[in-house]
Amino acid sequence: MANARRLEVVFWLCTLLPFVLTPNYLSLASQIAITALFALSLDLILGYAGIVSLGHAAFFGVGAYVAGLIAKHYWTEPISGLLIAGVLTGLLGYALSHIVVRFRHLALIMLTMGFGLLIAEAANSAHDLTGGADGLQGFRVPGVLGFKFDMFGRTAYAYSLGLLFFCFLICRRIIRSPFGLALRGIRENATRMPAIGAPSLSHLRKAYTMAAVVAGLAGAALTQTTSTVSLETLSFGRSADVLVILILGGAGRLYGGLIGAIVYMVARDQFSGINPQYWYFWIGLLLVAVVMFLPNGILGGFSKFLKPKN
Amino acid sequence: MKKLLVAAAIAAAFGSAQAQQTVKIGMPLTLSGQFADAASQMLNGAKTYMKMHGDTVAGKKIEIITRDVGGPAPDVAKRLSQELVVRDGVDILAGYVLTPNAMAAGDVSAEAKKFMVVMNAATSVVITKSPYMIRTSVTLPQVMETFGTWAATKGGLKQSYTMVTDYGPGIDAEGAFQSAFKAAGGNIVGAVRFPVANPDFSAFVQRAKDIGPESIFIFIPGGAQPAALGKAMAERGIDKKKTRVLGSGETTAEAALKSMGDNALDIITAWHYDYTSKNPLNVKFVKEYQGVSGGRNPDFFSIGGYDGMHAIYEALKKTKGNTDAEALIGAAKGLKWESPRGPMMIDPETRDVVQNVYIRRVQKVGGELVNVPFETIPMVKDPAGERRKQAAAKK
Repeated sequence: MANARRLEVVFWLCTLLPFVLTPNYLSLASQIAITALFALSLDLILGYAGIVSLGHAAFFGVGAYVAGLIAKHYWTEPISGLLIAGVLTGLLGYALSHIVVRFRHLALIMLTMGFGLLIAEAANSAHDLTGGADGLQGFRVPGVLGFKFDMFGRTAYAYSLGLLFFCFLICRRIIRSPFGLALRGIRENATRMPAIGAPSLSHLRKAYTMAAVVAGLAGAALTQTTSTVSLETLSFGRSADVLVILILGGAGRLYGGLIGAIVYMVARDQFSGINPQYWYFWIGLLLVAVVMFLPNGILGGFSKFLKPKN
Repeated sequence: MKKLLVAAAIAAAFGSAQAQQTVKIGMPLTLSGQFADAASQMLNGAKTYMKMHGDTVAGKKIEIITRDVGGPAPDVAKRLSQELVVRDGVDILAGYVLTPNAMAAGDVSAEAKKFMVVMNAATSVVITKSPYMIRTSVTLPQVMETFGTWAATKGGLKQSYTMVTDYGPGIDAEGAFQSAFKAAGGNIVGAVRFPVANPDFSAFVQRAKDIGPESIFIFIPGGAQPAALGKAMAERGIDKKKTRVLGSGETTAEAALKSMGDNALDIITAWHYDYTSKNPLNVKFVKEYQGVSGGRNPDFFSIGGYDGMHAIYEALKKTKGNTDAEALIGAAKGLKWESPRGPMMIDPETRDVVQNVYIRRVQKVGGELVNVPFETIPMVKDPAGERRKQAAAKK
């Protein structure tokens, strides 16, 4: 356990390295941190509670648009905007959770995908509110706590990383609590858990709502650090990407989404830099290789490697 | 010691001279996904220009660095533009197929003070995002308002029914055409919007036929939809001699005409470029382009890329290779040239494209369907940009 604790400290110290080692990659680092947060949110429901979602971008996008609309119509102070975005996506998540938790497996995939598409299409047709296909225009988040969001992405990365770290600590606490344990129990056998006093549906509703809040925060952070929002934040592509990232890193492990986001985004950046036209080929190859040789994701593979006898 | 210093100074001077020998142009494009074809057409247009005019200008070598945005993703477009500036040290940003991407990158151009050339993104307001930006493509109001005015005046039409796809450009086109048509004395008798994905046109066409307007205005994305719409109109028996069918250039682009077949005959469109133009400059351009693109014909994305490179080359010549954004934008303002599409200019005030709008009719020429221009509206400015200018002057 002490070893694991030390590894965690090393990991988080390493996240500070880009500031010194790769100062030209901080914008990318900031978007990786946001994607990692989004993947962490999906991990809460998919990895720990067994809710497979193909529409998770709904919450990411709603958070992004809420933050954008606040900056456009009210004020540009980002932290309060972030909190409001989190609360509102949480409410949406809570409302949807009443339907979502009643289903499992394929039906669940269809249902979450359906909700995702519905919200994306609603945003597309609400042209006056969201700017439609052109994206929300006419706002700019200048900075946070007196620091300007600069060209190099220094402030953006600090902001995203701070948010990721904060949310990570909370998620870690939740996962290691009896509630987190109950969630894993539900994932393994949803009908038996109520028999030992853990109400499955209400637990799942709570988990789903929390995941929605975290996804909304990630979306809001993307809006604020880039001063842009478009329908892409709500798209099916984003939902699918985050699922791939989580599976790549290892679902059901706190660091799975984080490692997945780092590997996937860096690979994308490098492959598309080398070959802007056909780089998806290499991404495909990477995914096939990981799934074939590390079926539980990168972290799953590592833990097997570290504990060969277990 | 002194010697060493001198040597170092020479080395430094030499090094910086070396570094200044190239002008890097960063192009974040949608090279994968749904808009990959548009991006490759645009890139081929730019490459064709470089093939025809050499890759050195004002003593400097031109180098293009491409990045893939993947789709309408402003956060990615902005990041890639930033990275091109800070990581790859590009001097000029160019490309931009889609409006949201160009809007987001405009911030980078303004903040990093980089000259930016929008080679497509046709929403009018894009140009306001950076004082160092020019556009070499087209704006939707430029074509659609011009078309609306023409239809109600010289076109001799008093009534129109508009049918557009329910998405950003469709809604903009509808608004531009309707307002100009009404302002010129025409009457809009009805309007309908199609869903973006796989619409069944027959019900919409039937409704239009029941109303029996003098003309129908259509705006739909290219690809498979023009053929489906053409078929629906033929099936419902829309007689194009009685009911004029008006559309944008995309409706009767090369691929659309091929798939529509004779159903396309007599459709009237307004557009700024067609590869079949007999302009000698264009004939030469098309030939060179086919060599670069492996036999494909250029389209409006290609001409945007081609003229974008021309603007960059001419601006660099004027500044003698200086890539400072203030110098380049100063040189680009008011630039005039003969393009394969016809005469064009960069408006010295709005920095937007000024060009001829051609009214064309689909006809059979030598067994092939061709957009034959029969009227030219010379040197049209972006009307939305002009309105912005007036509003600013009032304040």
